Parts: sequence; C-alpha cells; structure tokens
Amino acid sequence: MKHLIRCAAAMLLLTSIANAQAHDHSKMMQGGAAATGDNASMEPVKAGDLTLSGAFARATLPGAKVGGGYLKIDNGSNEPDRLVGGSSPAAARIEVHEMKMDGSIMKMRQLKDGLEIPAGGSAELSPGGAHLMLIDLTSPLREGDMVPVTLDFAKAGKVDVRFMVAPAGAKSMEHH
Amino acid sequence: MNFRLLRYTLWGLVAILCGLLAFTYVNTRNGSNPQAAQLGVPFNLTDHNGAPITEAAFKGHPTVLFFGFTHCPEVCPTTLFEMAGWLKTLGDEGKDLRVFFISVDPERDTPEVMKGYTSAFTDRITGITGNPQEVEKVLKAWRVYAKKVPTDNGDYTMDHTASVILLDRDGRLKSTIDYKESPDVALKKLRLLLAG
Repeated sequence: MKHLIRCAAAMLLLTSIANAQAHDHSKMMQGGAAATGDNASMEPVKAGDLTLSGAFARATLPGAKVGGGYLKIDNGSNEPDRLVGGSSPAAARIEVHEMKMDGSIMKMRQLKDGLEIPAGGSAELSPGGAHLMLIDLTSPLREGDMVPVTLDFAKAGKVDVRFMVAPAGAKSMEHH
Repeated sequence: MNFRLLRYTLWGLVAILCGLLAFTYVNTRNGSNPQAAQLGVPFNLTDHNGAPITEAAFKGHPTVLFFGFTHCPEVCPTTLFEMAGWLKTLGDEGKDLRVFFISVDPERDTPEVMKGYTSAFTDRITGITGNPQEVEKVLKAWRVYAKKVPTDNGDYTMDHTASVILLDRDGRLKSTIDYKESPDVALKKLRLLLAG
C-alpha cells in the first residue's frame, strides 16, 4: 500500500516537473526584449520635464528603406506625456511603432496614438519593442553617423535629438 | 473493503498521471521539435542572381530556410545577422549547409534588392523571390504565416513567421530555431542537422 502511495506521489511530481519545463521552454522561445542602452553615446537632452537619453539608430543595409530609432525618455512631471511622432531630414517620415512576438510570428504595429510617457516614469524604445520607424530613408544609415531627429510630444512639443548610428545588428553584437 | 477501494483509487490515479505525463511529453516535444513531416511543394522562383530556382535546391544538402522581407526593420536583419554569425562559427564544419532567405514580400523584393540585402551579411545566404502567387504557394506549403498590414500613406509592413526552418538532406523538416533562441542552442541544432 505504502508503495502504491509513493508511486502515485512520484508520478505527480514528474508530471509537474515536465509541465514546468514545458513552460520555461515556451517562455524562452518567445524571448524577451534584449537589453539595450550600451550603444548610448549622446548626452541626455532635457526638454521641460522630459529627459531624453541613449538615442541610437541601427545602420541599415543596402536596399533597406526603413531604419529603427531607439531611446529612453524620462518624465519628471506629475502629468503623463505622449511621443506621437517626429521628423528628420534623413527620412520621408517617422512613425512610432511597436514590435511584438505572437508565438513564432512577428507583428509590427503603428502606435497611432503614440507612446505614453507615464507621469514620474519613463518609456524605453528598444529593439524588440516600441521604436521609432524612419521611413523612406534619403540615404542608408551608416555606422558612426549622427542623425538629427525632431521628436514630437503631445505636451512638451518638439524636441531635437541626435541619434548615433550603431552597427546593423547592434542588439545581437553582445552575443558574439 | 475500504482498503480495496483506496487501492483501486490509487491505481486509477497512477494510470491518469501516466497518461498526463505522456501527453505533456508528446506536447513538449511537438512544441519545440515538429515531427519530421513532408512539407513543401514544387515551385518555380528566382534566386538573387536572377536565375530560376526550384524545390530541388532544398534537397541534397542540409538546408536552412528563413522567410522575411527587406523592408523589415527588426526581426529579419537580426536573424540574418545571427545566421551569418552561426555560419562563421561553424566555419568548414558548416560548409555543407545551404541557406536561403525567401521573401514574403515579392512585390517589393526584386532579385537585385534581395542580393544587396543578403550580401550585406554574408555570401552564404541566397535570396529567393518571384511571382507573388508562386511565393504564396511556397509559404502555405511550409506553413509560414505572412500578412500585409497597411500603415499610413498607403504603405504596408508584414507580419510573418520569424522561425528559422531546418531541413535534412531529403528536404524534410528536421527542426526549427525560434527568434531569440540563444546562439548555443542554434549551433547545437545546426550541428545535429549536419550530423543527421
């Protein structure tokens, strides 16, 4: 009898371990946003209650018409603000987008209402998440270039930032 | 009497747990390593040098397929960059691998555009594009999801499957490498493919 109880308990344990592993695995496969910010090279820019830092873009490839721009925005105010878009001589237009992995499917969406910078908080635009999309580039973004961008905030208005161009695979460089 | 009932109940529990364990095991396996099914379809497309290419290109060598598009700002450059890294790490060991980047956006991705794009990473990746209907057929046959998503100004982007597909020498699905899987895991899977 005791033997039987022990056997049942062992099975229960095994099942839960197998389940836990299955969970871990799916989590791993979906992945999370990789850390960024290592590419930050610009001085933080202050605009009213907003502080913009670590702005970088990734070098684009021949034939590529779009580029991604990333930065961190801190909001020292007790009211939220929104990043709604921007402009740059380097691109025909700039939109705020968000990338999401839905299982193994990559989905990209324009954030039509912009990205909220919470009151007293911050918003990070980083590879694998929200980012600025530089569309119809006038010329490829080259590593080491500085790209002037005017960001558009709902409350803070227009803010000039320079984006440092990092290597094309900037996010994954740290793995190699 | 009571004892016997308890005994049956416990044996019943053991049986149920056995079943559950088997189910979880099979499920986990299928999730990460799809069964070696016969996928794919005959096709007539164009490689990035403008030469015709057919399904025969996926046979005779261990093959790596990635579906994407050149207007892709994030997943595609990252994945191609990583693929170039795997090939570099494998070196001579990976000589036998054939690697293809198949466009899910053939309307914008001409052979020239594909060539410029892939060659920015490595000369080991061959771009494939061509007639949109023909591409669509190939996507379906490999169960690759791709969907146009309109953006402002009449432009569009693509949602698409971001997994890398590994085929054995007979063109059968061996396994996949998912987006953001570590280089170690990716290399392990590629070495298994090469050994198989």
